[in-house]
Amino acid sequence: MDINPITVEELNKYIKNKIDSDEYLNNVYVKGEISNFKLHYTGHMYFTLKDEKSLIKCVMFKSYTGYLNFMPKDGMKVCVLGSVSVFERDGVYQIYVKAIKQDGIGSLYEEYEKLKAKLESEGLFAESHKKKIPMFPKTIGVLTSSTGAVIRDIINVSTRRNPNVRIRLIPVPVQGAGAEKEIAEGIEKMNKEKLADVLIIGRGGGSLEDLWPFNEELLARAIYESEIPIISAVGHETDFTIADFVADLRAPTPSAAAELAVPNISDVKYTIDLYNNRLKTALKKKVQLMQLRYEKCMTRRVFKEPLQKINEKYILIDNLVKNINTFITNKLNNARMSLSKNVTKLDALSPMKTIARGYAITEKDGKIIKKIEDLNIGDSINIRYIDGVAKANVTEK
Amino acid sequence: MKDDISFEKAMTDLEKIADELEKDDLDLDTSVKKFEEGMELSKKCNEMLKNAEKKITILIDGEEKDFVAKED
Repeated sequence: MDINPITVEELNKYIKNKIDSDEYLNNVYVKGEISNFKLHYTGHMYFTLKDEKSLIKCVMFKSYTGYLNFMPKDGMKVCVLGSVSVFERDGVYQIYVKAIKQDGIGSLYEEYEKLKAKLESEGLFAESHKKKIPMFPKTIGVLTSSTGAVIRDIINVSTRRNPNVRIRLIPVPVQGAGAEKEIAEGIEKMNKEKLADVLIIGRGGGSLEDLWPFNEELLARAIYESEIPIISAVGHETDFTIADFVADLRAPTPSAAAELAVPNISDVKYTIDLYNNRLKTALKKKVQLMQLRYEKCMTRRVFKEPLQKINEKYILIDNLVKNINTFITNKLNNARMSLSKNVTKLDALSPMKTIARGYAITEKDGKIIKKIEDLNIGDSINIRYIDGVAKANVTEK
Repeated sequence: MKDDISFEKAMTDLEKIADELEKDDLDLDTSVKKFEEGMELSKKCNEMLKNAEKKITILIDGEEKDFVAKED
């Protein structure tokens, strides 16, 4: 055999080139279990990724390890993202890892579902426990990061709706380990010192891991215990955290939370004006109605001609008086007539009339003598004539 | 003004009074009383709006300071 051999170095270089030019191997996502994990003092990480049947060497350089939000350790189930390449010196191929994700995303999700079910069965999400967001809170308490878009959005929206709104921020971390504890403590502080009428807890959207503090039981309980109503604004529209379920109101975004917490002052003013007008109109209508009733009443005859009744009585009295007059006059006339009749009758019976015709009356001792036997010889008598009295003596009978 | 009545209460009362006053079964005396009550309430509501204290503060370690938004 007269073929020129190549060097080991050349072979490894050839293999490396082959592998590096393979697009598939440039970007692999592999799951497995970590073993032989070593954190070198330089900050690089060396480990082996294995499953039941196979293993592959992995290296993760310091420039990437800074992004890890957990410390890998042996036995941990992970997914690694990286490229496969060859370490020429040792003639080994390995994964140059750029990112590691705990293969717990599945289990993280399970954990979330488990906690959600547990808290739900305990009644932490119960509608009946939800507190009403006050209509006009004087102070809005905000628990979020003091930097970033969230607090700016909340301030912008709030002050636009009510230029006089009072906002009190307790800055808290909204991601990373222990964030839930600080948020919970913030809620407790707000409650204990009565620092706000309504609370907004929130952060912008992010990965499930980013939002994780809002899925912690500790925070869920702190929200449940809060006497101040809480509006949650975690993530965006579609991300629901446990905190969202426990909160008294869930807003899809921090801006929406501010809208829910702060009433638009011009709307409120308008509503008050509306009530004002309703009051005025109602009273005016009432007064008009009363006026109308009064006027209608006053047009009735008794008020219009108050003397009528009296005049009617006068007529009645006049009539009576007239009646009495007539009666009296009649009676008088009757009496008169009766008198004149009697006088005539009396006149007819008067003895003087008889005397006038030539008769005379004989009187003895003032008595009229009707028979001769009443006279004795020698009696002195008076004989009355129409025009005088003659004295005589009885000489014979 | 005393804060002895919440804004909600004032608004709810105001609405109730407006409803009552719009019904025809109140006598004039009561109507006038209700009207005055309602006007008083609406004044209160307006004052509450005006009296809100504009302030944006940040509370760090129990110390309250004016908050100025910073860029990231």
